[in-house]
Amino acid sequence: MTHMTKGTLSRRKLIKGAAALTAATAVPTGWAIAQAKPLKVGLMLPYSGTFAQLGENITHAIEMVIAERNGKFGGREIQIIKLDDESKPELGPQNADRMVKRDNVDVLIGTVHSGVQLGIHKVVKESGTLCIVPNAGAVGVTRELCAKNVFRMSFSNWQPAYGMGLALGKRGVKKAAWITWDYAAGAESGAGFKEGLEKAGGQVVATLTLKFPETNFQPLLAQIPGLGVEAVGAFFAGGGAVQFVKEYAAAGIKVPLCGSGFLTEGVLGPQGAAAEGVETALHYGDGIDNLKNTAFRAAFKAKAGREADVYAVQGYDSAQLLVIGLEAVKGNMEDEAGLYKAMRAAKIDSPRGPVSLSPSQDVVHNIYLRKATGGLNKVTGIAAEALADPGTGCKV
Amino acid sequence: MNLLAQLLNGLQYGLLLFLIASGLTLVFGVLGVINLAHGSLFMVGAYLAYVIAKTTGALWLALPAGLIGGIMLGAGLERFLFRHFYHREHLDQVLLTFALILLFEEGRSFLLGNDFHSVPVPALFDFSIPVAPGFSYSAYRFFVIGCCLALGAALYLWIERTRMGAIIRAAAEKPEMVDVIGIDARRVHMVVFAIGTALAVIAGALAAPLYSVYPGIGDGFLIISFVVVVIGGLGSVSGAFWSALLIGMVDTLGKAYMPAVAGLAIYVLMAAVLLVRPSGLFGQRA
Repeated sequence: MTHMTKGTLSRRKLIKGAAALTAATAVPTGWAIAQAKPLKVGLMLPYSGTFAQLGENITHAIEMVIAERNGKFGGREIQIIKLDDESKPELGPQNADRMVKRDNVDVLIGTVHSGVQLGIHKVVKESGTLCIVPNAGAVGVTRELCAKNVFRMSFSNWQPAYGMGLALGKRGVKKAAWITWDYAAGAESGAGFKEGLEKAGGQVVATLTLKFPETNFQPLLAQIPGLGVEAVGAFFAGGGAVQFVKEYAAAGIKVPLCGSGFLTEGVLGPQGAAAEGVETALHYGDGIDNLKNTAFRAAFKAKAGREADVYAVQGYDSAQLLVIGLEAVKGNMEDEAGLYKAMRAAKIDSPRGPVSLSPSQDVVHNIYLRKATGGLNKVTGIAAEALADPGTGCKV
Repeated sequence: MNLLAQLLNGLQYGLLLFLIASGLTLVFGVLGVINLAHGSLFMVGAYLAYVIAKTTGALWLALPAGLIGGIMLGAGLERFLFRHFYHREHLDQVLLTFALILLFEEGRSFLLGNDFHSVPVPALFDFSIPVAPGFSYSAYRFFVIGCCLALGAALYLWIERTRMGAIIRAAAEKPEMVDVIGIDARRVHMVVFAIGTALAVIAGALAAPLYSVYPGIGDGFLIISFVVVVIGGLGSVSGAFWSALLIGMVDTLGKAYMPAVAGLAIYVLMAAVLLVRPSGLFGQRA
């Protein structure tokens, strides 16, 4: 039996080999050889550690787009090369270098962690490799550090908090406080909250911070009743967000809590009743009622075996953007001008709603207002429509 | 008044610091060892609480487990490692305890990973008590305050009222005399190290639901604990108590009312104390 199987396998291999040989000799010109060569798409994402599930969801969604298109973008076969970046900023430049120089990827999709992103950014800015950012929200990537070959399909840290601040101001909130960790993402998010609130006539009267990733929130929380504010905005994520929302509820503070969507994203389970009613703003949420979203969620669940989340949507759109670019140039990456032009002009029908790109090649999308209800971040409205990051200091 | 809430925060933080610093100061006073790995023992307690809460759902088990496990861990460390370093130079001791930090961190990383975990407050204390208009204080924090006070009282009685305590006080002040009068110093050393370790482990277990657990959680506490020990006077447990409360208050009120300088406040305090009393508030040896 074993022997038989072996025999069949080697016979099949032989036929395949012969077919490949025929194909190779049949191709006449250099240009055509380039077209026949598969397009190498490097996925530099976290596949281990805290952010492993984010990396996996992004990957599943990208693979969905590839499957939808029968493995080809713009006529070119897609070959995926994965690399676990472990969310370690110190390994960022070295890992990105490996993908660009050793693996010779044509496109680099990555990553989740903002610190690692800055490493990737340095490498691709030098090599000119097309890079699509599927998560990291560091504002610099599409501001002063922006590059013509870098596109972001996720969000900038500024956007969700801007939406939240704007929504508060529009409903008449005049004074609010902002509370976060003392690190880059917290400050970028805080700047958005402040600008949004000021735009609608309110102001941030107090900013409370603590060292990352400390969770001694009490000295900060105890100040809130004395601030005379009508709302408290917050940016925390992961375990810190769980702890913060629970302590806020336990402190019995009457001032409503709101924040950038990451405050309640993926952590409503452990937050339990404490999160009930917390309002946040993000570019995705539960109950977005459009056909694309419904189909996407069903397909994602069938593939990954779990519910889709905002990270899956970002991965999906990253691949969709690549499809648009490659179709415009018929798979010819050499036509850089045509490729970037098509990508910059892209209008994407995303599960999160209509998506386009800003002049600094950052994603433009709706920021939704959501309310935590029964374990879901229910979308209650749009906080900011077609919102783009200001892209300050970017000249592409 | 918010001040009341802040005072409670300061009290709770200070008492927790005392649990950590008392072990540090005892070990230094009696054994003459600067244990840099004391913060790792705190981390062991915090992760112990996380694992117990996750596997059994009964967080209170972390207290007896921390006490017994801490004593055993401390006794083992003393017997097999620290005992051989009492008469070596401070540099050797620093190298030993620094190596222990690396071992504990790698062990934690290997067994439990590098993730941030929140530990739920035990159901029994999962409610709040209003302490100010618009501000409530978690019952668990009151429980932590009570636990720290009880442990502090037990430590005080042990050191002030028992024969072993008398030997410990003597050893802290005149170590050579303890040897001369023929007391088995090895037993005293092991007990002191075991108690010091258990206090740090219990502090970690108590702190887990308040501060969450994450890699390096012990580092910050260790540094502040050194400040506590220096201000209180090396080797003085009562000094550590008052100095921990002082630091807890200064740090908490500083963060609340003068956030710009809060990070610096305790170090300024330390410098000031050292200028006026170089041996610390309760220190006897210069």
